[in-house]
Amino acid sequence: MTAPPLLETRALVKRFGGLNATDRLSLSVAKGELHALIGPNGAGKTTLIGQLSGELMPDEGRILFDGRDVTALPVHKRSQRGLARSFQITSVFPSFSALDNVALAVQAHAGHSFRFWRDAARDRALSDPARAVLERVGLGPRADTLASALAHGEKRQLELAMALATGPKLLLLDEPMAGMGPEESARMVELLGELKGGVTILLVEHDMDAVFALADRITVLVRGAALATGEPAAIRASAAVRKAYLGDELEAV
Amino acid sequence: MPPTRPSIALIVLLLAALALPAFAAWMDEPFYLRLGARILVFALAAVSLDLILGFGGMVSFGHAAFVGIGGYAVGILFAHQADGSTLFGWPGTTNGFIVWPLAMLAGALAALPIGAISLRTTGVPFIMITLAFAQMLFYLMTGLKTYGGDDGVALWSRSTFPGGPDIADHTIFYYTALGLLIAALLLCWRVVNSRFGRVLRGAKDNERRMRALGYPVTRYKLAAFVIAGALAGLGGALLANATMFVGPQYLHWSRSGDLIVMVVLGGIGTLIGPVLGAAALLLLEEFVPEAMNLVHAGLGEHWKIVLGPILLGLVLFARKGLWGVVAGSRAP
Repeated sequence: MTAPPLLETRALVKRFGGLNATDRLSLSVAKGELHALIGPNGAGKTTLIGQLSGELMPDEGRILFDGRDVTALPVHKRSQRGLARSFQITSVFPSFSALDNVALAVQAHAGHSFRFWRDAARDRALSDPARAVLERVGLGPRADTLASALAHGEKRQLELAMALATGPKLLLLDEPMAGMGPEESARMVELLGELKGGVTILLVEHDMDAVFALADRITVLVRGAALATGEPAAIRASAAVRKAYLGDELEAV
Repeated sequence: MPPTRPSIALIVLLLAALALPAFAAWMDEPFYLRLGARILVFALAAVSLDLILGFGGMVSFGHAAFVGIGGYAVGILFAHQADGSTLFGWPGTTNGFIVWPLAMLAGALAALPIGAISLRTTGVPFIMITLAFAQMLFYLMTGLKTYGGDDGVALWSRSTFPGGPDIADHTIFYYTALGLLIAALLLCWRVVNSRFGRVLRGAKDNERRMRALGYPVTRYKLAAFVIAGALAGLGGALLANATMFVGPQYLHWSRSGDLIVMVVLGGIGTLIGPVLGAAALLLLEEFVPEAMNLVHAGLGEHWKIVLGPILLGLVLFARKGLWGVVAGSRAP
């Protein structure tokens, strides 16, 4: 008897016209694991993330998170339940400092924000935890820099810090290495390795080196359906996966 | 701490505002005092617009509606007082302690449903919907013959404050408006720097991200919209008292446009900027046509030909508007 999964989709379907972008997908992410989701372009990864985060409504099927049906919940309520996401295209608050970006994430999970009088910048209940998270992702020295002035790799780190600062049960990471150079990628892999085990992660990533280095389990998505799910070694050995997707990329691993 | 350029600018502005009545008396130009009061009143309305436009990214093109509603609250209760009739069983009154808070309440209550519907959209549709609501209210007041229809309501007397200041006196009215403007500025300053204000500014930067962080964004934007509506309602109560008149033209879309121009001219998202914007627009409106008529009789009618380039220049070259020019571009 295993523990129930933290995140589960049951026969999820999302259609765009005649195309099934998500095709009766059943996926489960166990508590504590780092589960990677890979697939060729157009496999439906982005559509799936949209449905998991609540920005897209599925046409059929259900999404269960932490033991409850969240299929109909709006984005902010899923976040309140502990489902945090990062964005593929960097999505920080450009006119806020790095620290205030993270403080805003802390504030989102510190009760309601109908507080009109006290100066939030001097509120240590927000800035102390925010600073701690910045340190954790290695952005401590950049706390007071405007987010718009950060380097691309730093913005990606900030993106992750904001997701972390909400104290999530599940991190939904949409291509955290997108657009990064090799050094920045290596740093991000190291960081995710440190987070692994502490928080459950669903990682969507094109960087195969990163995926095979980090993942406990991998699901291969092809045309909206799960072609295979298993441990990295099994995925690597699967003839079907090779044929459908990995091809020469796998030879290089 | 050494005085910074913005703080010096603020002190100079405050001293100028305090000294205006004495200056007007010395020049023997009571008109300056009335113009000054008018500037303060529009400044209050413009500051309330800046709260949602500059900090929440909500380009409301119907803000004059809330000003007009506040004005009508004063006008309608005056009319009932004047002819001894009742409104829903209540007598009319000119008591400012009752009427002015009611004007704010009316502004807030109008902003609540208008905001709730308009905020289902963003960007251009939001602009158009707020404009449409304001025009609906404009035509409603135009058609409301009980309160003068097109002609509006003329007030014979200003609001009274039993035991308080007698604002029938122009100087006292001026200082009352100044006090309320400063109070509104301080309130907005606290609000934009509070937790609530951060949510508002975050939503302006990136609304989608705010939702992903767990914020029910629309709720906060609506609250800001209602606060701005209440402050605009207070501005309307002051406007009715400044001009001793309320009419549908106060709600007209061109008035909403004027408020946006004041905010843009003075500096979006600076709070103090719209005060400068209101002063600049009303002073230009007053003196440019006069000067143009000296050049050629009748030319003053086309004074906006001068306003246009000024506005264009400020938008192109001074991102923070007049306040940026006065206080330095790095001013908050």
